Amino acid sequence: MEPFKKIKSIATPLDKVNVDTDQIIPKQFLKLIQKTGFGQYLFYDWRYEKDFTQKRDFVLNNPKFKNSKILLARDNFGCGSSREHAVWALLDYGFRAIISTSFADIFYNNCFKNGVLPIKVSAKLLQQLFEATSEIEIDLDKQTITSDKLSISFEIEPHWKKILLEGLDDIAVTLQHENSISNYEKLQAESKFKIS
Amino acid sequence: MSKTLFEKIWDSHLVKEENGRSLLYVDRHLVHEVTSPQAFDGLRMNKRKVRRADLTFATMDHNVPTNDRSLPIVDQTSSIQIQTLEKNCKEFGIPLFDIHSPNQGIVHVIGPELGITLPGSTIVCGDSHTSTHGAFGALAFGIGTSDVEHVLATQCIWMQKSKTFEIKIDGKRKNPHAVTAKDIILSIIKKIGTAGANGTVIEYRGETISELTMEQRMTICNMSIEAGARAGLIAPDEKTFQYLRGRRYAPQNYDEYVEYWKENLKTDSNAKFDKSFTLVADNILPQVSWGTNPAMTVDVTGNVPFPEEYANGNVEEEKAAVKALQYMDLKPGIPVTDIYIDRVFIGSCTNSRLEDLIEASKVVKGNKVSSKVRAMVVPGSQLVKKNAEELGLDRIFKDAGFEWRESGCSMCLGMNPDILAAGERCASTSNRNFEGRQGAGGRTHLVSPVMAAAAAIWGHFVDVRELDLN
Repeated sequence: MEPFKKIKSIATPLDKVNVDTDQIIPKQFLKLIQKTGFGQYLFYDWRYEKDFTQKRDFVLNNPKFKNSKILLARDNFGCGSSREHAVWALLDYGFRAIISTSFADIFYNNCFKNGVLPIKVSAKLLQQLFEATSEIEIDLDKQTITSDKLSISFEIEPHWKKILLEGLDDIAVTLQHENSISNYEKLQAESKFKIS
Repeated sequence: MSKTLFEKIWDSHLVKEENGRSLLYVDRHLVHEVTSPQAFDGLRMNKRKVRRADLTFATMDHNVPTNDRSLPIVDQTSSIQIQTLEKNCKEFGIPLFDIHSPNQGIVHVIGPELGITLPGSTIVCGDSHTSTHGAFGALAFGIGTSDVEHVLATQCIWMQKSKTFEIKIDGKRKNPHAVTAKDIILSIIKKIGTAGANGTVIEYRGETISELTMEQRMTICNMSIEAGARAGLIAPDEKTFQYLRGRRYAPQNYDEYVEYWKENLKTDSNAKFDKSFTLVADNILPQVSWGTNPAMTVDVTGNVPFPEEYANGNVEEEKAAVKALQYMDLKPGIPVTDIYIDRVFIGSCTNSRLEDLIEASKVVKGNKVSSKVRAMVVPGSQLVKKNAEELGLDRIFKDAGFEWRESGCSMCLGMNPDILAAGERCASTSNRNFEGRQGAGGRTHLVSPVMAAAAAIWGHFVDVRELDLN
């Protein structure tokens, strides 16, 4: 996984609440068996007309945000289906960070597993970011979001910070706990009411 | 120290705590064709094995066709995904209920049916509706594909401990055949919102919950995720133990387990929840969703709301309601019973079990599907289908003009050929009414099986309390 340190880019303002993963990546694109190539289908129904031409009024189609690495969205981003394809699509498109007031739990987890940083900020700060027009910089190590007018600090769970900064493979991390896992299994095997 | 049921199951599965997160042992891992191929690829790339193939169970449900199973699968990409699962299960030694198995079905229907789901266990699956298994007092989480790979490799999952959320449902429904478990859970989501339970594990409690059958409890727990919950739980009781008794994977010395479960799997009387909500069931009415998320729901006797009325001062929600009405092509203020539909779907992991089909068949028996409606029943599993056919339900549905299909997820998410055309309006017993969920441009109204059946007959929504459902 590519480590996440600092990114600087203009932020794409997606002014919607409760954006569900069915919108992020519709089901007809879940049949691929790789993790790549989903970016072109990101927000498919909002982004394209039936003939695959771009819808003018959708924010991702505004040339100004073409190389944006940061997505802004309102409350409860990523709700609904557990499909990790939603994160693969955002990442493949070029987003490395998403800023919102809240995220759905499964989506939030899925982000970190793929080197995407979801950041929770207050509604007031989010509004300021929506109004910002210049580039913003996210520094994960310092836990800050800055622009010419703004300086915001954000919270992140320490284990996720470490995994992103170092680009760690979570499975490799877990396998270091082999002893604890085997001990648990041993106790279970001896239990009268074992279920595993 | 007093503990909630969630805390008890959590603590008994704790392998390790580190850096503010916990490593939990997973007792059952359910796998399906859509969210697993990349996980198996990851294992191969890193030369890793499946740690406990004996605790892993697979089936194919999301994109299987529901027509004649002897025909080849036309959709090439679906076919590849299904073959990929077969290949992966073979390579890694995982038991698979394949498309021709008498136990094939929606993963959340077959888990309990086979006794794979057990009280006090931890269950994960790469599907958000894994919360369904919570009806048995199992702690069941939906996970993404990276975590599927992680569980395959380690049989463990890293989690942050959720907050606890008590949802009490008290009182007695006046007409339990017309006001169903679906109406209870939709009423809850309507009140607390689609993010109302984010970061929490819900425990459903109270008089009404005790009265529900296991299948009805599954409907409730199934939709916990639509309120944003990490999981939904119901403490096991006699009904739970009775339901699982004798099932294929249930433990041998079952009675001893039951005694153990009875003693250990309940919230202590003075345990504290982080959050609490009470719903009184007495006055719940049949529900119909009008918008593009499950909280956008009204009573069948109500009208399609005006955005400002729905949003109650929240600007963002008001904008969302305006967009939803536009997408759904509905005018605010019209009675719900004036909404005419084109399609009916009875199925999904929410409402495709035997009792759902029995209840729906009572409305259908002796009637005909409206000439303007195309209606289908998709049983949740091959076993549900077989049991329903033994009761003659297939005849009742087919005589009325319903299509009677093979089991799978089908039009709940439309990954197989069962989809809505753009602009089509559907009364659906599934769990999500998101834009395009059942087909691009399709319009979904979430309802109970009896409400869906009645809509099929009359061509529009009707208050099923007025029908004889006994």
